[in-house]
Amino acid sequence: MNRALQIAMQLALYVPLMALIGYFSTEPRYATLGPDEALVRLSFIHAAERKEPCRSRTPEELAKLAPNMRAALDCPRERAALLVELEVDGEIALRREVPPAGVQRDGNATVYHRLPVPAGRHRIVARLRDRPGEGFNYEREATLELAPGAALLIDFSKEKGGFVFRS
Amino acid sequence: MASSSAARLLLAPWRHLGALGFALFWALAASGIYLYLRFDTSVDGAYDSIGELEWWFGGVLRSLHRYAADAFVAVVALHLIRELLAGRFRGFRAFSWISGVPLVWLLYASGIVGTWLVWDARAQFSAQATAEWMLALPIGAEPMARNFLGAGQISDRLFSLFVFLHIGLPLALLAGMWVHVQRLGRPATVAPRALSLGLVAAMLALSLLLPVSSEARWNPQGVPQDLQLDWFVQFLHPLMYATSASTLWLLVGGATLALVALPYLARRPATTAARVDPANCNGCGRCVADCPYEAVTLRGRKAFVFTERCAACGICAGACPSSTPFRSIAELASGIDLPDLTVHELRRRLQRALPADEVVFRCEHAGSGAGIALRCLAMLPPSFVEYALRHGARRVKAIGCAQGECAWRIGLDLAAERFAGTREPHLRPNVHYARQGDVYAFALR
Repeated sequence: MNRALQIAMQLALYVPLMALIGYFSTEPRYATLGPDEALVRLSFIHAAERKEPCRSRTPEELAKLAPNMRAALDCPRERAALLVELEVDGEIALRREVPPAGVQRDGNATVYHRLPVPAGRHRIVARLRDRPGEGFNYEREATLELAPGAALLIDFSKEKGGFVFRS
Repeated sequence: MASSSAARLLLAPWRHLGALGFALFWALAASGIYLYLRFDTSVDGAYDSIGELEWWFGGVLRSLHRYAADAFVAVVALHLIRELLAGRFRGFRAFSWISGVPLVWLLYASGIVGTWLVWDARAQFSAQATAEWMLALPIGAEPMARNFLGAGQISDRLFSLFVFLHIGLPLALLAGMWVHVQRLGRPATVAPRALSLGLVAAMLALSLLLPVSSEARWNPQGVPQDLQLDWFVQFLHPLMYATSASTLWLLVGGATLALVALPYLARRPATTAARVDPANCNGCGRCVADCPYEAVTLRGRKAFVFTERCAACGICAGACPSSTPFRSIAELASGIDLPDLTVHELRRRLQRALPADEVVFRCEHAGSGAGIALRCLAMLPPSFVEYALRHGARRVKAIGCAQGECAWRIGLDLAAERFAGTREPHLRPNVHYARQGDVYAFALR
C-alpha cells in the first residue's frame, strides 16, 4: 500500500483520539459547590447508652445460672437510637433518628450528612441525644464565618465533651 | 483498491479493541513501574514526589500513564459496545462476556485509586466522593470515609494501602483478562504492531503536547472547586452529586446485573454442535488446535466436543484429515463434522456442480451469490479445491467474509495458512492460487 496513505490513515485515526482523550482528561471543569457556597459536614460514629439500664440479679436468679456465668449485673445489649439535630440560622436543617448497628442493635451508630450552605456568617447548633428519654443531652452552638469553598466538619467525641467544630 | 485499503485501515482498530486494551495495559505497567520507583508513599511526600518528576522523562511518563489509562477506559467501553451491538454475548460466547463484566469494575477501581496517589485536590474530591458513595452501603466503610472527610488522621500506612491497591487491582485485572480469553482459541492479545505502536505513540505525543499537572495540594479545610476532572475515570462522581449515592448504586448495580444476565435473557443461537465420529478420528488434534472457541479437546486420544461452547462454524471439519473428498467410500465420514452440513453433503454439492468452468466456495457471511455455501471459509478442507480441479472445474474460487473480519474470529487466518501450506491440512503444491483480499482463485499448475 501507498506509504503516504498508510500514514494519513493512521493520523486520521489517532488525531481525533488524541483530541478526545486530551479534552475529556481535564475538561469540562467541575465544581461540587456553587461559587458562593460552603459545605457543612456532620460526621461521627458514636455508641449510644443502653436502651435499658443494668439491673442487679437476685440471689435466686444467680443460683439458677452456671457458676461461671454468675455476673451480678444483667445488662441488656440493645442501645438507644441517636437523635441528632442540626440547626442553621434558626432553621432545622437535619433531624434524624439513627439506630445502632448490629443484629442485636448493640453497635455504633453512624451519622453522615452533607449540607451546602451559602458562604458567610452562620449560627450553627448541633444537638444529640444518645440515651433513652426526651430532650438532648449534648448541644454545641457556634457562629462561624464560612468562606466560599470552605468546609466545616462537625464531629462528636464523648471524651472531648461533645461536638467538635473543625473548619 | 486504495479506498478499500484505506477503509480497512480505518476499521482496523475496531477489530482489535481487546488486543489494544492489552497493549495499553503493558504501557501502563511499564510507565507505572518507573513512577512507583520515584513515588514517595507518605502523606507529606507523595504530592511533592510527583511534582519533582523531571518534565522531559518522569513528567512525560506520568502523562503517558494517565492518558494510557484514559485510552484504556475508552477502548474497553468501545469493545463492550461493539460486542453488544454485534450480539456477541449469547451461547458459546457467554463465558467471555460474563467474565468481562468484573473487568470493568476492576479497571474502574484501578483507575480511581491511581488518581488518589497524587494527593491533590482532584484526589481529595475523588476520595471523598468515593467515601460518600460507600457510605450508602451497609458495609462498614465509615472509618475509611471519615479519614477522607477530614475527621480521622490520614497516616502513611493508608498510602501504603493505596499503593498496594494500585498494584493489586491491576494485577487482578490482568488475571481477569487472562480468564476472559480462556475460551478463545488463539486469543488476540497482541494487536498488529503498527496499530499498538501507533496508539502508544499517539498517547506519547499527547503527553508532550499536553503534559498532565497536579491540582492544588489536598486541603481538608476546603472543598475542591473548579476541578480538572479526569472524566474517563471520575465520571461517576458528578453523576452521584447530580442524583444521589443510592441512585448511583442502583444505576451501576442494575447495569452490572443487566450485563451479567444478558446471555441468559437473550435467545441462544440455533446451532447444532459438531459431532465426533470415533471410527474416523485418529486423534491428531488439528480440530483442537483450530477451534476458535476452545470447544474441542482430546479425551482418550479421540476428539471431544463441549457442545455448549461449539459455535457450529465447521472449522474443525475443515481441519480434519478425514475430510478429504478423494476417499472412495460412498458415505464420506469425517472424524468431526457438523450434523446439519456434513463434509459428505459438501462433496455431494460439489459433485453436482461438476463439471464447470468455475466452482465457487463461499462463506455464508460473504453476502449472497452463487456457489457452495460454507459456514466459514476455514470449513473448506483444501483437498476440496484440488478435487474440484481434477474432476472437471477449470477454476475454483473461495470467498471469505465480506466485511474482512471473520465471523468466527480466526477462520480467515486459518484458511490463508492452509492455502499457503503453513498449516495442516494444506493445499498441495500442484495447485497454485492468486489472492485478492479474502478472495482466492485456484488453478492446477
